[in-house]
Amino acid sequence: MSRGKNVLPEAGPTSSRSAGGWMKRAVAGLAAVVVIGICAFAAFAWRPAIPEAPTPKATSFSPVLIQQGSRLAAAGFCASCHSVTGGKPFAGGYAMKTGFGTIYSTNISPDRETGIGTWSEEAFVRAMHEGVARDGSHLFPAFPYDHFTKLSNEDVHALYAYIMTQPPVRAVNHPNEMPFPLGFRPLQAGWKLLFFRPARFEPKADQSPLWNRGAYLAESLSHCSACHTPRGPLGEELKARLYQGAAVDGWFAPALTADNPSPVPWTSAELSDYLTTGISRYHGPAAGPMAPVAHELALLEPEDQKALVTYVESLGAGDSRASHTAAAVTSALAIDAQDRARINDTGGRLFVSSCASCHYNRSPDVNPNRPELGLNSPVFLDDPSNLIRVILYGVSAKEGAGGIVMPGFARGMSDADVASIATYLRTTRTDKKPWPDLEKQIAAIRAAGPGEIR
Amino acid sequence: MTRLRINGKTVNINAEDQTPLLWVIRDEVGLKGTKFGCGIGMCGACTVHVGGRATRSCVTPLGAVQDADITTIEGLDAHGEHPVQRVWQDMQVPQCGYCQSGQIMQAAAMLKDFPEPTDADIDAVMTGNLCRCMTYSRIREAVKQAARAMAESKA
Repeated sequence: MSRGKNVLPEAGPTSSRSAGGWMKRAVAGLAAVVVIGICAFAAFAWRPAIPEAPTPKATSFSPVLIQQGSRLAAAGFCASCHSVTGGKPFAGGYAMKTGFGTIYSTNISPDRETGIGTWSEEAFVRAMHEGVARDGSHLFPAFPYDHFTKLSNEDVHALYAYIMTQPPVRAVNHPNEMPFPLGFRPLQAGWKLLFFRPARFEPKADQSPLWNRGAYLAESLSHCSACHTPRGPLGEELKARLYQGAAVDGWFAPALTADNPSPVPWTSAELSDYLTTGISRYHGPAAGPMAPVAHELALLEPEDQKALVTYVESLGAGDSRASHTAAAVTSALAIDAQDRARINDTGGRLFVSSCASCHYNRSPDVNPNRPELGLNSPVFLDDPSNLIRVILYGVSAKEGAGGIVMPGFARGMSDADVASIATYLRTTRTDKKPWPDLEKQIAAIRAAGPGEIR
Repeated sequence: MTRLRINGKTVNINAEDQTPLLWVIRDEVGLKGTKFGCGIGMCGACTVHVGGRATRSCVTPLGAVQDADITTIEGLDAHGEHPVQRVWQDMQVPQCGYCQSGQIMQAAAMLKDFPEPTDADIDAVMTGNLCRCMTYSRIREAVKQAARAMAESKA
């Protein structure tokens, strides 16, 4: 049978040839889309380098401005992350262990080769407000630009004046240790697209000027929620759970909301003592990563301290529950009086012989230098990390109110010993569920080591 | 290099941050009144004052006491006549004496927090200081006597 021109070609080879062509076109199309996508993303992610600028002379800023910048730098805890123990301020090198690898803070002293001495104010402002370095690369949000973006231009100006007039320190930045592709900086543009909106602070019309000042400091410079808010899988702060407490740097940053489990409410008076002197009568000393926070906030103007306290108090409304304090204290002191009778329990025996000489209190009130474990948060938190860390590694003379120490018992006590003390405190001082797998957690914290003595 | 003050004197110590303060006091500074007991913070023989508070020096790392004020038994009183020391002698509290500098340092610190200590206070605070000679009943009496002496000298 002959085939006419109008006869459809047979199925088979012809058709498969045609399908092959379609596939090729699809692949080519897809490749084009990918290439265009990469180009578009690259274009989107690209930020220009800002040319190197001469380091401004100290005389180019007024002493008042530099002084203002110094207080702002304290309120932002710049030196806490941008220095290591015993190192020069702002020289960087502090290791932040994140879920995405270890990120080392950088040298932000005005050294021209290893620091930010070549950064113009424009570059500095862009880093603070947009999280982009002078060379155009995206910064990781371990640098809390998502908070600093709220800073006013005037405050960034003062910070620039202060930072650029500090002694330059020659210290080469430590490379980050991040698995591929997390260390690939252009990807940060994607993170920003998802989670970051550059914008200055907006005061709330229905709040007092003092509250708004506190909110401005806490949300921008002091970046409280960076530690006290749980983070999602990509490291973003979960705004729906703002200030509800989170694990950070091997510690647990407790909730600043009414969910905080301490039996004594965080009243303005307690917050003021804790945040500006490093210790409060009923909540104990600020230890771990919170210790430098209190030390730096001590340098703020009293009015700014009051503003911060006003804002933080409003998160948990502790003043409205101030009347709960007396009963909580009475109950804690009654328990202290009973420890002596509980030496049949291993944990009780260890507590009485190793802990009570410092932690015992008697009525009518708590001595702030004898932290009352029946009131301090570590025993009440669902996460025992803070308690374990303090038992194993103690509290240095630099932490809390300063000048006094708690020794660490890592060498003297086994994981089982520490677990029995923790369990003893949990059962005698709280009505909370026992901590599960305590010994395992203690072993893990012991294996991780004390970290820096800060 | 760690700087600290021991008995009012500033000293710079060149040792690892993890070196126990007790070793620094005894071996670097050369003050032998503070004793090594258990080495794990469970017996109190090594008690000194850091920032005026009783602290077990055997489990306190040097790095934790940078710039702190440390007082040992030698510095409690220039002439060894702190009210607690005087009462200790008057009442002949020690037997072998090994734990006693720790006991005295703990008692002296305690009396600042509890100027009128009850038996319960003394038991709670002093239990961490062990005495193999069992001088506990004399220690308890001496602490109360020292409290009275200190109250009188203040009055």
